[in-house]
Amino acid sequence: MAADLASPTPARSADPSRRAARLGVRMIGLGYLGLLLLLPLVMIFYRTFEHGLGPVWTAVTQPNAVHAFWLSIELVAIVVPLNTVFGIAIAIALERQRFRGRALLAAVLDLPFAISPVVVGLALLLVYGDNGWFGTWLSTHGIAVIFSVPGMVLATAFVSLPFVARETIPVLREIGTSAEQAAATLGANGWQTFWRITLPAIRWAVVYGVVLTTARALGEFGAVSIVSGRIEGATQTLPLYVQDRFENFDTTGTYAAAVVLALLALATLVLMNVLTRRTRRAG
Amino acid sequence: MTRPAAPRIGAAGLGRGMITIYLSIVVLLPLAAVVARSTDGGLGAFWREVTAPEALAAIRLTVVVSLIVVAINACFGTVIAWILVRDDFPGRKLVNAVIDLPFALPTIVAGVVLLALYGKGGPVGIDVSFTRASIVLALLFVTLPFVVRSVQPVLLELDRSMEEAAASLGAGSFTVFRRIVLPNLAPAIISGAALSFARAIGEFGSVVLISGNLPFKTEVGPVYVFNQIENDNVPAAAAVSIVLLAAALVVVGLLNVLSRRRFAHGR
Repeated sequence: MAADLASPTPARSADPSRRAARLGVRMIGLGYLGLLLLLPLVMIFYRTFEHGLGPVWTAVTQPNAVHAFWLSIELVAIVVPLNTVFGIAIAIALERQRFRGRALLAAVLDLPFAISPVVVGLALLLVYGDNGWFGTWLSTHGIAVIFSVPGMVLATAFVSLPFVARETIPVLREIGTSAEQAAATLGANGWQTFWRITLPAIRWAVVYGVVLTTARALGEFGAVSIVSGRIEGATQTLPLYVQDRFENFDTTGTYAAAVVLALLALATLVLMNVLTRRTRRAG
Repeated sequence: MTRPAAPRIGAAGLGRGMITIYLSIVVLLPLAAVVARSTDGGLGAFWREVTAPEALAAIRLTVVVSLIVVAINACFGTVIAWILVRDDFPGRKLVNAVIDLPFALPTIVAGVVLLALYGKGGPVGIDVSFTRASIVLALLFVTLPFVVRSVQPVLLELDRSMEEAAASLGAGSFTVFRRIVLPNLAPAIISGAALSFARAIGEFGSVVLISGNLPFKTEVGPVYVFNQIENDNVPAAAAVSIVLLAAALVVVGLLNVLSRRRFAHGR
């Protein structure tokens, strides 16, 4: 209110020095963003398509590139549902239940944000690798985890764990428990309350979390690089393929695969913005 | 608050059991293994691995570069948050949407993207590849959103009457910013800076292509860990991992303590 009354103060645009300062700050901020974010991104699209679509198409339809793409999709298809279900469960446990170890659970949930992907890779290696804690047991039972898809699933699940829970928790807190309690009083059991009351209320937060999880899972590099062994045409995901092409001095291949990932990232960004607007309107 | 009907407690217990199993398999056991392996040969061995010249150089580089990045982020992040909230120019909404791009873009792509412009044969005639500056550049790219996104909501909520009072009493816009706005934003700036520090300490994908990973020169901590794993030198990898982990956790932990205290004050 105070701002409303005071906003038409004449000092704002009339004072030329203030106007200059404003323009200066704007230039600094936008200049920084342009040099750091925008120009490099424009550049990679330009570099990729400067010789037309033909070479790009050839590069992205290489068997190894296609395999890497589908492997990345496969990882997303396994990890995202897992982390969505557990993310919602963790959010509900943290917001709706009281139990010993609640603070510990909250701390563990944030760990993946603080841990280097390289450390995640090493950690998985030390448990599921040949010389790891479960290495002997796994190999005598013929289960391959490291250098194969299960290990890559674990690595991806680790790094993308917190998103759904972290997006859902504030919404759960905000909606409160009165509707859930009313449902319970009217005879609904836990599942019915969850499906009919809680889930509809948190759905956009969950979807937003899913988008973030997907982006992270698609792009994970360090952890997956260690546990996958980077075997061409077998355990090479799209980000690993980008590195492989780069190290083989295949500029077209590098840029083409990078642009595919960048387009997926841009799609994520658009989705994030649409969803933010929607959650705000719902709230 | 009364507990809902009895069957729900059983379901809740089952749910927590599943959560515990999942987190153990994915997060807890692996991390415990790193801690255990890093001290396999006792604390003396751990210390030897951490103070090995190459390891020490890598850790030092990581910390110094991360501090530089955090300082730059604090300044430019605040400026960007400011123009997004207080300024008005065509395309402001688009700029606001683009801020999150580094979170959405795979880190390896970030490295490639930066190399396309600032690498060898780039159009601007600068070649940062294989220099320490390239590491700063890559880290600035991936940590850009942290400070912006933590300052923005605070700036949006900030009551402007104080600033207007100061201005009406004759304070210039810089004085108003320094004396009124900045103290109010400081907690948010620090919290964004801490998050970007934790991220910078552990960053791997965006740095690995651009820095060249020259030992003693451009090899950061995570890259050192990666190389030790490749060379089957697990004790060294585990020891340096623990140092990186501790650095990130200490900063994030401090941040949590600080923000809880602030929260308590607010109430």
